[in-house]
Amino acid sequence: MDLSVALGSLTLPNPLIAASGCFGYGVEYGDVVDLSTLGGVAVKGLFLAAREGHPPQRIVETPAGMLNAIGLQGIGVHRFIRERLPELRDRRAIVFVNICGTTLDEYVELARILSDADGVAALELNISCPNIKEGGITFGCSLTGTYEVVSAVRKVTTLPVIPKLTPNVTDVASFARAAEEAGADAVSLVNTFLAMAIDVETRRPRLSNIVGGLSGPAIRPIAVRMVYECRQTVRIPIIGMGGISSAADALEFMIAGATAVQVGTANFVDPLIWTKLLGGIQSYMERHNLTTLSDLTGSLDISAREKEWISS
Amino acid sequence: MPSDVDAAVLANTRLSDDYCVVSLEAPEIAAVAQPGQFVMVKPSRGMDPLLRRPFSIFEILRDRDDAPIGVSILNKRIGVGTRLLYELEPGARVACLGPLGQPFVPVDPPAHAWMVAGGVGLAPFLTLSEALHARGTPTTLVYGARRAEDLHCVDRFERRGIRILLATEDGSAGVKGFVTAALRDGLEQTPGDQPSQLYVCGPTPMMRAVAVLARQLRRPCAVSLEQVMGCGLGGCYSCVVLTRIPGEAPHFVRSCLDGPVFDADRIVWEALAH
Repeated sequence: MDLSVALGSLTLPNPLIAASGCFGYGVEYGDVVDLSTLGGVAVKGLFLAAREGHPPQRIVETPAGMLNAIGLQGIGVHRFIRERLPELRDRRAIVFVNICGTTLDEYVELARILSDADGVAALELNISCPNIKEGGITFGCSLTGTYEVVSAVRKVTTLPVIPKLTPNVTDVASFARAAEEAGADAVSLVNTFLAMAIDVETRRPRLSNIVGGLSGPAIRPIAVRMVYECRQTVRIPIIGMGGISSAADALEFMIAGATAVQVGTANFVDPLIWTKLLGGIQSYMERHNLTTLSDLTGSLDISAREKEWISS
Repeated sequence: MPSDVDAAVLANTRLSDDYCVVSLEAPEIAAVAQPGQFVMVKPSRGMDPLLRRPFSIFEILRDRDDAPIGVSILNKRIGVGTRLLYELEPGARVACLGPLGQPFVPVDPPAHAWMVAGGVGLAPFLTLSEALHARGTPTTLVYGARRAEDLHCVDRFERRGIRILLATEDGSAGVKGFVTAALRDGLEQTPGDQPSQLYVCGPTPMMRAVAVLARQLRRPCAVSLEQVMGCGLGGCYSCVVLTRIPGEAPHFVRSCLDGPVFDADRIVWEALAH
């Protein structure tokens, strides 16, 4: 049974990647999860410098989901390389470093620095965090911006370049296409949906940042649709995410067109979810006589739609 | 190292219409838990509420041979999750991850220990009082609530020879007023050179008031903070607390990893949401 998947030149042992912002720097989970058994670990978004992030309250629960406005608190790329990367390397994690910048130059600088570091498997470009005004979202909400940041980073690194796309646009697929044209090796989608929750008793926003990003099972059907749309538009691999909390959810994204998937919020609920997801995928492959998991990608069967008695 | 246990509910003892003690079968957690540590409990199997909730470990449960078999949590019905926990019946199962976080450090005699609890903030003190009792540390529990009916399990502390000072807002038990007044009286009656350590858990304004008092009276003070928490393992960065180290700019640290127990002097209290 072959569970490996390929993102351009990078081959992962399985398609399950811990989503950025939901797994710290990976090392926090080192005693709970065998990091080498994951398809990858996307670490928390890094700027060049350390950042404090937003004041609490930073998360709030909503039905089948949660809002967050963390504000990309982080230790900065240099401390990450010095203090976290060695342990990730020792634990044989496949490390996706999520990078954030306020300018094009910062993305380029981060890509250069991380290309020289030992133990980085891929760069995920955060151009989609909904919670900070000054950052990547300005790139991620403009087709030209997306094209420019991807091609600028592409020029300075041989690592796989994977922009993470925001769903807070009219047509995600056009952004996937801009990324592909600019030389991205893959795209990951979706980041969180801009959302809001209010305490009606006090009339105050529940988050200090007023608005935040919605994640969790509540967003899954929208995310699946967006992956499906991108699959129709681009040839590069897609890393799908949005509310995955079971093996069936992960398989749904793959059938819609994802090569690999990321799991975020569900890891908060169940930090040991990874072996359960892997087990579920394996038993699905057995039941469906599937020897190569990557054959599932984009295998959506819409033939019924073509039958006259349904479409008429 | 924390364990995630699909824990059977051994008992759910309702102390009042709001308070209950949920006993969970989790020997792996009970065997290694220390006073002040917490567990992340998922109140339902469904997706609303989705996330787990942090709870101080209230008791280490032991069998007849004194072997650890589980932990209990002190639960107050406030929101959706705590209501589901209140309604749990024996035999139900809940996911319970722990033990997590930095524990209280029990002080040794001749120092005196002062445990200051407000409402459901009583939760971490039963295990701490056990550790203090084992050391022979003279201990006082200063325990406050809105009214007498909201004071629970006082006899459990009395049985260990712990001195009790009660305070209620309506005066229906103990001193009328806040715990800080009772604590101030108690501390002022002790000799100034008497070394003592304060341990505090309760509503944020109360903890802040105690921290201020401790500083005035030059007593070291450890607080157990309750922040909104997403994962309990350091993954989400939601439970941060603004802390200060002399000579450095204030810095957000995760209360799941660096806390929930902090030196009160480290906390930037003005920044803590109430």
